[in-house]
Amino acid sequence: MGHSLTKLEMAEKLQQDLGFSRKESKDLVDCFFEEIIAALENGEPVKISGFGNFELRDKSSRPGRNPKTGEEFDIEARRVVTFKAGRKLRDRIDAYQR
Amino acid sequence: MTVTRSELIERITDAQQGIQVRDVELAVKMLVEHMAQAVTQSERIEIRGFGSFELHYRPPRRARNPKTGEQVALEGKYAVHFKPGKELREKVNEQLAEIR
Repeated sequence: MGHSLTKLEMAEKLQQDLGFSRKESKDLVDCFFEEIIAALENGEPVKISGFGNFELRDKSSRPGRNPKTGEEFDIEARRVVTFKAGRKLRDRIDAYQR
Repeated sequence: MTVTRSELIERITDAQQGIQVRDVELAVKMLVEHMAQAVTQSERIEIRGFGSFELHYRPPRRARNPKTGEQVALEGKYAVHFKPGKELREKVNEQLAEIR
């Protein structure tokens, strides 16, 4: 599986490279993700140039079945978040992975 | 209405009393670059409550041009996969429940 990038490391980089205090760095990283969540919660798609777009899709209800018991039930209508990497990031990945 | 990167910077500035918009811009630029670089190099990103990003390999396949019916060979490629976290999934869904 290997290593994962986390908020802690992102905050440490802000602190080291931009000179924010430890608290400011943590608050900025937390706030960045909180504001994206708040926008999506509010029904607003989010476009981050250089990275990608978060969209909202409404799924209608559909019949489902419990694979263990075979019992049938309705899967409720729901709203889901989808992500699509932007052109710039996709090109960058292609160039790096080739 | 779509929230762009510059709108996001404004909202963060409003929420973070005492940090200048110029500094928030620099911070967001660095955060986005850090994430883009990680995912490009196949590193997973794990943000609790928000979600995770991972590079998935799509193997080469044959496809058909729907207009001409011609067969084309598509190369294998990498795609960014995002899995929304529990908090994000629930919040987005609660909102839908309220609208109904």
